[in-house]
Amino acid sequence: MKDITARALNIAQVRGAAYADIRVVSRDTQRIAVKNGKVEALQQDETQGFGVRVLVNGAWGFAASSRLELQHVEHVVTQALAIAKASALVKARDAHLGPPVDITESYETPIKINPFTVPMNDKITLLLKADEEMRRVKGVKVTRAEMAFVRENKLFASTEGSLINQEIVESGCGIVAQASDLQTREEQVRSYPNSVGRHQQTRGYEFILEQKLVENAPRVAEEAVALLSADQCPSYDAATIILDSSQLALQIHESCGHPIELDRVLGSEAAYAGTSFLTPEKLGRFRYGSEFVNIVADATVSGGLGTFGFDDEGVPAQRTEIIRNGIFVGYLTSRESAQQLGLGKSNGTMRADGWARPPIIRMTNVNLLPGAWEVDALIADTDDGIWMETNRSWSIDDKRLNFQFGTEMAWEIKGGKKTRLLKNATYTGITPQFWQSCDAVGNEKAWIVWGTPNCGKGQPPQVAHTGHGAAPARFRNVRVGVIK
Amino acid sequence: MLGENKIREITDQVLALSKADQTEVIVNATESALTRFANSYIHQNVAENDVQVRVRVVYGKKIGVASSNDVSPDALRRTVETARAIAQLQREDPEFQSLPAPQTIQRVEAFVDQTASFTPEQRAHVVGVLCKKAKAQNVVAAGAFSTTATETAVANSLGVFAYHPGTFADVSTVMMTDTGSGYASFTHQDARQVNAEALANEAIDKAVRASNPIALEPGEYTVFLEEYAVLDMLNFFGMLGFTAQAMQEDRSFLKGKLGEKVMDERVTIWDDGCAPNAIPLPFDFEGVPKQKVTFIENGIARDVVYDTATAQREGRPSTGHSLPAPNSMGPYPMHVFMAPGDTPKNEMLKSIERGIWVTRFWYTRPVHRMRVLVTGMTRDGTFLIENGQVTKPLKNFRFTTSYLDALNNVRAISRETKLFYNEWGSASRVAPALVVDGFRFTGVTA
Ligand SMILES: [Zn+2]
Repeated sequence: MKDITARALNIAQVRGAAYADIRVVSRDTQRIAVKNGKVEALQQDETQGFGVRVLVNGAWGFAASSRLELQHVEHVVTQALAIAKASALVKARDAHLGPPVDITESYETPIKINPFTVPMNDKITLLLKADEEMRRVKGVKVTRAEMAFVRENKLFASTEGSLINQEIVESGCGIVAQASDLQTREEQVRSYPNSVGRHQQTRGYEFILEQKLVENAPRVAEEAVALLSADQCPSYDAATIILDSSQLALQIHESCGHPIELDRVLGSEAAYAGTSFLTPEKLGRFRYGSEFVNIVADATVSGGLGTFGFDDEGVPAQRTEIIRNGIFVGYLTSRESAQQLGLGKSNGTMRADGWARPPIIRMTNVNLLPGAWEVDALIADTDDGIWMETNRSWSIDDKRLNFQFGTEMAWEIKGGKKTRLLKNATYTGITPQFWQSCDAVGNEKAWIVWGTPNCGKGQPPQVAHTGHGAAPARFRNVRVGVIK
Repeated sequence: MLGENKIREITDQVLALSKADQTEVIVNATESALTRFANSYIHQNVAENDVQVRVRVVYGKKIGVASSNDVSPDALRRTVETARAIAQLQREDPEFQSLPAPQTIQRVEAFVDQTASFTPEQRAHVVGVLCKKAKAQNVVAAGAFSTTATETAVANSLGVFAYHPGTFADVSTVMMTDTGSGYASFTHQDARQVNAEALANEAIDKAVRASNPIALEPGEYTVFLEEYAVLDMLNFFGMLGFTAQAMQEDRSFLKGKLGEKVMDERVTIWDDGCAPNAIPLPFDFEGVPKQKVTFIENGIARDVVYDTATAQREGRPSTGHSLPAPNSMGPYPMHVFMAPGDTPKNEMLKSIERGIWVTRFWYTRPVHRMRVLVTGMTRDGTFLIENGQVTKPLKNFRFTTSYLDALNNVRAISRETKLFYNEWGSASRVAPALVVDGFRFTGVTA
């Protein structure tokens, strides 16, 4: 592959690129899905190719191809150069990358058990067993269990001299039970460990074994059925809520992770994903949350889905403070955007979805740091509130202010105890008001780095895998329930 | 572009290499380019070229699938071998009967050479017009312009061979002032049909009028929904309700309602993969010809889409709406049309004494699938309507409302319709504008 990268960079430089980089990427994916006692899908996908990014006349061009052939490299580089020249026709300013990055290193996800060498039969057997345990529960209509494994090899090389090899491995799994009542036209689901199909980390098969899918299957199915006859979550203008760690992880993703993307702030995503309320004058002074809110973007945390050695500009993985004691102190940056805002070096968050797309600013692991509370003590300390667990729906405006989430399950808390099961719970709010109302965060014993394998951004669309560490936390004066 | 002959070479090779009882191969070739702009200049500009080959092999009732985007003879051999190895490890699928047998597939012309060969300079020219017009009006332009050529082929060992080449161009723009924004988009098979001036005018006019918005109390309002917003409704009905899998799993709002009136009698919605003026694909990913399927006819629930697996379960033929196997989603309507009404769009406002104009919805998600209860935001041009006229710009609302209720509370349907392409799911949609009563806004943004 190094002959391909060398040739591409050489052609780009000779033809006038001020900067060029190339990524050669191959990605293998294995997916096993079981549904209603049957193996619905067994598939292995591989995709490979290379993408070349060039800077000509101060403007960007990118071209990518699946044809990993030395003879084809010139064609793709030529295409990238022509595209950059076309970009320069409608240009407002020259792109600057700041100080050069010259790194020769490699990185591999540390794994204990390689998921691609675990016998397929073991995986199928585990999923069928979990599925069977769910189907034992009377009233369950649909059961699903799945595993997914990803192995991505990428070679990054730039005209500044970087040459970086990485291998990232991910393992994910999940189970879902669905129950329906056609009389009341009610339909409920429970998922474990997380919704959207699965929980995922940059770890090996040991991650799958730790999730204990089979052991949790009966409870998951029973909860789905119980929800059919549960009371509708009431509506309150100002309630106390406690979010479980997986729902809180998505809350962090949507209301903190996205608005701190500096490309959004600078307008790059305005037409699609939107902009951000965290405008530059707020950096270092804006009260984003209460004093209990401390958030970091940490691409180095063990097992996070946003954990890697180097980003797709070759910048080393970092841990960056985002919210310190409630104050907004940091963005996710790239080389160009950090330069544009005078923030110095990039903090290494440029990530591309495979070989065919250019890197854009993406979350790494945006983590809410653990607080002081035992979860049991947090519930016991709550006189009147609602515990909400596992995301079911999520929506937030294009500046990342007005959000609304629904959860699969909720419990009424009275006198410090979970007393009544509630269905169709939703809560809504405005981002800084919500985080300012946080008065307690769970401790490290309940802290989990959740994986979000489905973050969409960019045009053409890119899917990123991001991580979010969280423990359950309590929020006051939250509007609950909008369903009539 | 590989061309039909080259693609047939690939499918023939795969079918010859496989020793399975039955074999299916899907080839998907894409050449696409996208020019993106923000802050009134081009900041991202990309092109990609890919060929994916997906092989499904059947040994008895054991099925394996493997895919690769390497089409060299060695790689094709490896992909077939991977699929075989996976099938050997698979359990038997007692429900599986057979891959589909060949049927006559209609050819639909949908390939425009000039779109396939559209250059970065041509895209830059269109974007240049949008940005220039924006600067002249003191607004900021952002958006994307893509041109795509695709070839889709499906072949199987029972003799199916289906091939379809297609092109489309898709351009969308958000124009912004400090306090307001406006939106416009356009989709066509032929990139030369893009009218940059008209798009710029539509979005700029809206952005300027949307500036300095006021907050209005949330609540139930009559709404004027532009085609951009109605598009979202069609997406949700398609995803949540109009499929055999959703019916079989007791989560479709149509479950138990076929033959009953479920929407206003002026509402008719169908899927048609062969409609020539949309973004057609005349067969599905099993090589079954796409039937026209009517979901709602004059308000009455009629039918849903099927793939082979869901159809066999009910002893009926597939309607030709399979996604590439294996998939957990089941069949999917890729080409949803809503029938136009009889009111010209510019006369629809007249009947609204007090209401809200919605340009489009944003970040919509289902809250309750069986009720088609959806939450989301308004975006890029929300206005107060008083006495049949747009009077003031409004801050964006959050809504939490049933799209099913909305199509029961229709006051008017526009005579005009608009074509859309949805990059998530490669789907095209044709939607009119609507006036709907009792639309529930549940919040307002800061
Ligand atoms: Zn996201």
